[in-house]
Amino acid sequence: MGRSESVPSGEPDRPEVPEQRSGEDPYLQVRDLRVRFDTEDGLVRAVDGVSFSVERGRTLGIVGESGSGKSVTSLAILGLHNAKRATISGEISVGGRQLVGLPEEEVRRLRGRDMAMIFQDPLSALHPYYTVGRQIAEAYRVHHPKAGKREARNRAVDMLGRVGIPQPGKRYEQYPHEFSGGMRQRAMIAMALVNDPDLVIADEPTTALDVTVQAQILDLLADLQAEFHSAIILITHDLGVVSQVADDVLVMYGGRAVERGSVAQVLRRPQHPYTWGLLSSVPSLHGDADADLVPIKGNPPSLINLPSGCAFHPRCRYAGRNGDRSRTVVPELRSAGEAGHLVACHLPADERTRLYQQDIAQVGVAR
Amino acid sequence: MTEALLTVRGLTKHFPVRDGFRASGAVRAVDGVDFDVRPGETLGLVGESGCGKTTTGRMLVRLLEPTAGSIEFAGRDITHARRRELRPLRQDLQIIFQDPYASLNPRHTVGRIVAMPLQVNRITPPGGIKKRVQELLELVGLNPEHYNRYPHEFSGGQRQRIGIARALALRPKLIVADEPVSALDVSIQAQVINLLRELQRDLDLAFVFIAHDLAVIRHFCHRVAVMYLGKIVEIGDRDDIYERPQHPYTRALLSAVPDVTQTDSSGRIRLVGDVPTPLNPPSGCRFRTRCWKAQERCATDEPALVPRDGGVQAVACHFPGPDGQDSDGGTR
Amino acid sequence: MSLSPIDEAALTEGPQAPGDAVPEAAAKEFVGRSPGQLAWARLRRDRTAMISGVTVVLFLVIALAAPLIERLYGVGPYQQFQGQLDGAGMPLGYAGGISGEHWFGLEPQLGRDIFIRLVYGIRTSLLIAFVAAVITAGTGVVLGVVAGYLGGWVDAVIGWIIDFTLALPYLIFALAVVPTAALRFYGPRDNPPDWFKMTVIIGIFAAFGWTATARLVRGQVISLREREFVEAARASGAGLLHMAFRQLLPNIWAPILVSFSLALPAYITSEAALSFLGVGMVDPTPDFGAMIFKSIDFMQTDPAYLFFPGVAIFVLVFAFNLFGDALRDALDPKSSR
Repeated sequence: MGRSESVPSGEPDRPEVPEQRSGEDPYLQVRDLRVRFDTEDGLVRAVDGVSFSVERGRTLGIVGESGSGKSVTSLAILGLHNAKRATISGEISVGGRQLVGLPEEEVRRLRGRDMAMIFQDPLSALHPYYTVGRQIAEAYRVHHPKAGKREARNRAVDMLGRVGIPQPGKRYEQYPHEFSGGMRQRAMIAMALVNDPDLVIADEPTTALDVTVQAQILDLLADLQAEFHSAIILITHDLGVVSQVADDVLVMYGGRAVERGSVAQVLRRPQHPYTWGLLSSVPSLHGDADADLVPIKGNPPSLINLPSGCAFHPRCRYAGRNGDRSRTVVPELRSAGEAGHLVACHLPADERTRLYQQDIAQVGVAR
Repeated sequence: MTEALLTVRGLTKHFPVRDGFRASGAVRAVDGVDFDVRPGETLGLVGESGCGKTTTGRMLVRLLEPTAGSIEFAGRDITHARRRELRPLRQDLQIIFQDPYASLNPRHTVGRIVAMPLQVNRITPPGGIKKRVQELLELVGLNPEHYNRYPHEFSGGQRQRIGIARALALRPKLIVADEPVSALDVSIQAQVINLLRELQRDLDLAFVFIAHDLAVIRHFCHRVAVMYLGKIVEIGDRDDIYERPQHPYTRALLSAVPDVTQTDSSGRIRLVGDVPTPLNPPSGCRFRTRCWKAQERCATDEPALVPRDGGVQAVACHFPGPDGQDSDGGTR
Repeated sequence: MSLSPIDEAALTEGPQAPGDAVPEAAAKEFVGRSPGQLAWARLRRDRTAMISGVTVVLFLVIALAAPLIERLYGVGPYQQFQGQLDGAGMPLGYAGGISGEHWFGLEPQLGRDIFIRLVYGIRTSLLIAFVAAVITAGTGVVLGVVAGYLGGWVDAVIGWIIDFTLALPYLIFALAVVPTAALRFYGPRDNPPDWFKMTVIIGIFAAFGWTATARLVRGQVISLREREFVEAARASGAGLLHMAFRQLLPNIWAPILVSFSLALPAYITSEAALSFLGVGMVDPTPDFGAMIFKSIDFMQTDPAYLFFPGVAIFVLVFAFNLFGDALRDALDPKSSR
């Protein structure tokens, strides 16, 4: 991760980030983010020192299982955690503004205008008693107080049309329950994009949808990104979705980042045993259907009682190869060889490559 | 060929929709479904939400009462059998549920949960119920010592194993598995699929495996039936369905699955729109509203599920097979 | 009937050995704690719950041990100490005649000991409230489970009965029924015995009180009915009794317990109110309501007479309510915080 000073808020910034591929500044920069919850059962370290950045026009896929901290990260960026229950530290800079520690009121102003969220379940995100169009128009007027009713309405109808809803003028007047699942998800995307946000966070946006509709929505997101040039964070457990839509991937495990890089790097030349495990355990439409899948043994860790050292070591096939290091030392995210490809694993790079070729490349989808 | 264990003919379930007191129509959730399952065979039912696959599964274990059609299990008609008549058959016919949280009684210990089918049917296995339950727990890869624990102390994957142990308690011949892995994390999914495959092989179980995930079905099933809006549109052996799909819907479904090995999504079939409501399905072929091959005939004649070339693969389509020279629609 | 060949298979299950799936959950130190035990642990940590719980237990002990207390105290509830009253019938001495002999003083006019009458009053009130609460909970649970699980016309009929019951004005009903019943069975001159009046009051409470529990249970059952563990039992061929008592009840005893613990104080106040209105327990039977009713006349001249029963009933009801609330929090931690 680039070591640059924190950016003074409001000022145009040019931090040094050596791994950036393009000359453009990353719109979102997250550094050493930590989110903790104090619960009845103990302190939950939901996110434990995660850093990443997303540029405008690019999509970062955050992949992980339940409890990996991927959704908590996104809620922290949007400032949606209850300050009474969550302790957030680290840096989150959106368009050069430092969000951690910003008053609630200011974060709220940014939310919806500069950054927006697409949820997994559109039915719970849309209010059942108002028409879909009115909700989108309201979302517009909140951040455009000078806009008249008519202007907001036109904008909402325009957005409904742009996300591919037929007869947007008629649909404007309808209630969420009159929309089908796919249409609802489109409507929520329209609502998220109505203020031209520069950062869109989509948390499992297609998990509740059927495959044929999922394909439509993923296409739509890609088209809209090309049009609006926004930065997108796509949170998902589905590696196939990431492979299809994302430019970069961040793999999370137990609240920490274990691997980061471009889609080609992480999905084609994965370096972390957890990523290997994910890839070889996914059933695929290709390859030998009669062969057994290769699952990751054991269960996801408890965030209250995270395994010492590398959190993945109890489930890792190769944990014993470094003596005690996997159990005692938390591995740092370090360069995995190629530019921009980072991995947090104690295994030496050449051994990792050898193991991957030997054990993983032949099985499952990694083939 | 061996005799079918389960024979389903014209199975139909309509849920009446009431408008005040008057019945104003019906949701045609399942509308005339035919299939057979032979002993030790796994049949996958795949389709999108609202296609009727779950309703079909519930009718097979008689959690729902069929509106029409027949279910014959081990040579006996169980379509409308009463609880007492069903009792001897219950032992042979079990179900595994989707939600590992809702499917276990939170107030019961694991031992009680797994023993429930034995107790309900007043069966005392040799060696006692406890011994049998511990054998079952071991069989599904759980520690038999955890007999006295409660479901909330287990993770999702472990809970699903408990549900599987419960379904195995009566040594069934056929298990209906309703989305058994879709609520689990990716790494756990593979564990459970492998476990089910092993059990299937070792205990010679027949399965009706319901899922929306085509890749999961492919790794588990010998035969696959693709459902759309309450009907089977294509049925056949696994390789037929996955390598040589004939129905446009099957082809679109296979094409829509995002695959890790492919970053390029061009050349895929993209369906437009959503699945129509089963309250008022389209006339003729139900898929015609989203089909790029649809012709006038599709709106009037309903295609029957007919075997192709005398084989086992059957398709309900007027224009099956790959797109001809004249049609290039569908791909974008 | 051994499963051994399959056990072997399970042992060789890929890289994952059986039991391997378990240690992570075992890493947490709890071993086999039931939901009930967890709720108890939460209750133990709640200071309000502990204080109100101890108070409730104290009252229960007093009620149960009333004859023993009488023996130790040396004064009976019907004993009159006319010698310690002045000419106007007011107790001699400070604050209503409080002394080492009569801890809470004496009643004006009759000169009975207030403390021991309170002890017996608690006994009367708690007995009525407890029996009424048990009957209402029982009726409510049975009807609620039946209505919720069976649904259809059974549910409709029970629902109709509930609505009908709720439409009846409870107080007017009580005011009319109690004297009528007494008249019918004992004539105008005889004073009906205590057990008769208790039975009538309990009967009225039971007739009106079950509806709340029934509705609560019905709602809970309906939400549980579609849960998959219930379907699993049905798929195994379970009958109504197994469903109701093995599958459903264990999951709804928490709200039932809470409603039971909150019904108790409600019945205590209702019983006191009925007695106050003269249709409940009447003098000489020791009872909260009857005592307060009598003491009103002496509010100016002997405030201590009103003070002790008033405070006692307040503390009792308050403690029960606090405990009921704490119980709900402990059983369902998501509901409040």
